[in-house]
Amino acid sequence: MIRARSETLRSEVVRKSVKPSPSIGGGSTSGQASHERPTRKVFDAVSEKRTFEAELHPALLTEEMVLEVDGFSLFYGAAQALWEISMGIPKGKVTALIGPSGCGKSTLLRSVNRMNDLIDTVRISGTMRLNGDAIYAPGVDVIELRKRIGMVFQKPNPFPMSIFENVIYSLRIDGERKKSVLEEVCEASLRGAGLWEEVKDRLHDSALRLSGGQQQRLCIARAIAAEPEVLLLDEPCSALDPIATGRIEDLIEELKGSYSILMVTHNMQQASRTSDYTAFMYLGRLVEYGPTEELFVQPRLSETEDYVTGRFG
Amino acid sequence: MSEVLEAPVPQSRRVRRRASQRATSLFSNGEPMVWLTGGALALCVVMIVGMLCLVAVQGSGTFWPRALERFERLGASAVLGEVVQRETYEPNAAAFAGRDEATALELRARAERAGNVAERWLVRTENFELTGTHYTWVSDFEVTARSQPEWALSIERREGGPFYGELVGFDVGGERVATEPGAAWALFEEHLPAVVERVEARRAIERDEIGRVNRALEEQRLAVRRAELEHGPDAAPTRAARELAAAREQALQSEFQRLRGEIEALVRQNERFGLMIESADGTETRIPLGQVVRAFPVNQLGLSGRIGVYGARTAEFLTDEPRESNTEGGVLPAIFGTVTMTLVMSLLVVPFGVLAALYLREYAKPGPLVSFVRIAVNNLAGVPSIVFGVFGLGFFCYFVGASIDQLFYSENLPSPTFGTGGVLWASLTLALLTLPVVIVPTEEALAAVPSSMREGSYACGATKWQTIRRIVLPRALPGILTGMILAIARGAGEVAPLMLVGAVKLAPELPIDGEAPFVHPSRSFMHLGFHIYDLGFQSPNSEAAKPMVYTTTLLLIGIVVLLNVVAIAVRAKLRRRFQGAQV
Ligand SMILES: Nc1ncnc2c1ncn2[C@@H]1O[C@H](COP(=O)(O)OP(=O)(O)O)[C@@H](O)[C@H]1O
Ligand SMILES: [Mg+2]
Repeated sequence: MIRARSETLRSEVVRKSVKPSPSIGGGSTSGQASHERPTRKVFDAVSEKRTFEAELHPALLTEEMVLEVDGFSLFYGAAQALWEISMGIPKGKVTALIGPSGCGKSTLLRSVNRMNDLIDTVRISGTMRLNGDAIYAPGVDVIELRKRIGMVFQKPNPFPMSIFENVIYSLRIDGERKKSVLEEVCEASLRGAGLWEEVKDRLHDSALRLSGGQQQRLCIARAIAAEPEVLLLDEPCSALDPIATGRIEDLIEELKGSYSILMVTHNMQQASRTSDYTAFMYLGRLVEYGPTEELFVQPRLSETEDYVTGRFG
Repeated sequence: MSEVLEAPVPQSRRVRRRASQRATSLFSNGEPMVWLTGGALALCVVMIVGMLCLVAVQGSGTFWPRALERFERLGASAVLGEVVQRETYEPNAAAFAGRDEATALELRARAERAGNVAERWLVRTENFELTGTHYTWVSDFEVTARSQPEWALSIERREGGPFYGELVGFDVGGERVATEPGAAWALFEEHLPAVVERVEARRAIERDEIGRVNRALEEQRLAVRRAELEHGPDAAPTRAARELAAAREQALQSEFQRLRGEIEALVRQNERFGLMIESADGTETRIPLGQVVRAFPVNQLGLSGRIGVYGARTAEFLTDEPRESNTEGGVLPAIFGTVTMTLVMSLLVVPFGVLAALYLREYAKPGPLVSFVRIAVNNLAGVPSIVFGVFGLGFFCYFVGASIDQLFYSENLPSPTFGTGGVLWASLTLALLTLPVVIVPTEEALAAVPSSMREGSYACGATKWQTIRRIVLPRALPGILTGMILAIARGAGEVAPLMLVGAVKLAPELPIDGEAPFVHPSRSFMHLGFHIYDLGFQSPNSEAAKPMVYTTTLLLIGIVVLLNVVAIAVRAKLRRRFQGAQV
């Protein structure tokens, strides 16, 4: 209730403050001068309950995509949470999803590895492709699909077992028994997650005894142990203190290149510091998507500018 | 004007009145509730601790050898025994009855001199076959002398209960070889070990050898019966089997006679030795050494001696078989039966309960049906246990057991093998009884596993079962163990249903022993709870058995506590494993 009211308030404020735009709901035109910043009326789309065609920056066209989302909508029962999202996630890059709370960032992320299948009321339409393989085609083995995608959650969720067992969990469930393989993967993943030096002497202690930041890095190690094609991070730092947050950000920097990362963040600085591309979402719609610097410095839409400069959200 | 001025006054007064009401109302501030709740808790604790203390004090004192006191009484025979209770009372006419007139008058005078308030002692006199009673009341005014005779012996016998009396001699083959207590005691100590050895030998023959012969005889009978069932009563193979059995039976019978002879020889040897004991009323009794379990001059014993007797009696209690319709000897078969039954019950109920809870919590779609099942399971816990006993008897014993007998033990019929109460059926019945006790905490533990952990597992590509097995179950294990602890506590103390499905007064053969096939799930068994009931309420002299009732109760509580402590220790260890410093 409260959120809905404040949104109407905001949209009124914004509507008053921006000048009317010539292209209402039109396709993106790359020739448009970036400093003009036409209003694309996301707010109108929301109030009229229709989809909104996102403003996509041309730089994206040059990228090779690991994940392609096409016209993807999602409903929780009758409530629509995603409105025909279409976007590609570039290979080997970090893509940040930003947007106010409840705009569907987590929902989009959880749709990629079909975690939403666990909720009975969810319906979807549209397609997603992981390296060309349809994610939502009938007959897709969800278990196999999830093994190709790593995911790290908002709150660290180590399993109630040793650090070692946590890291090699995905190998264990695949039935890998060879000790040498397991140890090798464990060390590589922990090194990859920058945790090796801290825990190498207590690999067989309970993972629950680690600090929050260490637990989150352990979760990252667990996610990269399976060599995923995409790594999904859902606000990985929101439960951590600034120092731990800094370490995770450094880690993301290091993982860049070897992994394709799709990361949700609440924190504008974090997005600008760590990501190559940034997508701005608002109330289930993708609003603007482009290279991080362009999006933060010269956003094409005034809504984006308002959000990244902290005028709302 | 004045009205205008006064207008606000009533309002403020009302406010003040409400405030003062709040201050004086008992229930508006928290104090009384604190006292009420705290008081209720204190009452509960006091009752429970009181009960435990009573059982502990009474139960642990049973085996302590108390001094044997001799009371010389005016106008009545002397008594010798342990003082077990003392109290003051006002003597009435009944207290002076049974004496001649002069003595009665004298006693009355003495009592009146003491202000008609007397002290009396309850003396455990034993020697039941002589006096027909276990206890005698002795009042202070009738006592002319009170002493602790040096050679008062406390003798525990294999039959007939304890015997108290003064040692006066030692007898070998009808000839009194010692007439002086010291010498007699020396002879007793000299001969006792050999006698005990012979008693043990006799027991071994009875238990092992004769048992073997009996089983062989039974086997022959069964072989014939099997042949009859298979080939008909007059077919050639049946006749052959019958002849073979007859020949073997002959051999076994002569073996049996030989064993009987051996036993008789042992008994005769033991009969030669006897303790001559003079009881308080002056009669002399010969007590054969073969009857003596333990004898000691209790008034000569120091603290260490008494501790020794206490230890020996406790050890006997814990490791021996019962004697004298369960009122003496040990309770080993009952301990064994209780523990076996409880463990088998846990092994049955925990997997079943966990599987059921897993289905309810993890697989079943929440809905009215699941809620209904859950309520039904919860209500199962409130069904009177005797109902489970009846069900166990009707279903397990008379239906399942009888079917098993039909299929596999038909030659034994009509005497049932599985078709009657047994340790397996008792365990199954109690497993059923304790099922809700396992399901409810297990379900709660499953529900308490954070969904973030499950999601993490699914995100790693785990299947539902892998997630349950590797994440949910280990994490819920402490809760599952809580269920098991509750089930043990509930099951180990349950008696009523057991009386229907297999617990018996006396079952010398344990459910697990050295005889092939070593495990005998169809055997009936002894149970401490039933033992207590039997001892306290079914034995010929329940007053005399009272101390043993307390001791057995203490033991049962001890065993339940022990089983629980083990389970709690395991649970604590698991908890530590799953709990981090930070979460
Ligand atoms: N399990 C669910 N059932 C119903 N609605 C949900 C569920 N999860 C999220 N939502 C709704 O979907 C919208 C998007 O949520 P979410 O993706 O979590 O937002 P974000 O991560 O951007 O804060 C919100 O309006 C939220 O209320
Ligand atoms: Mg979120």
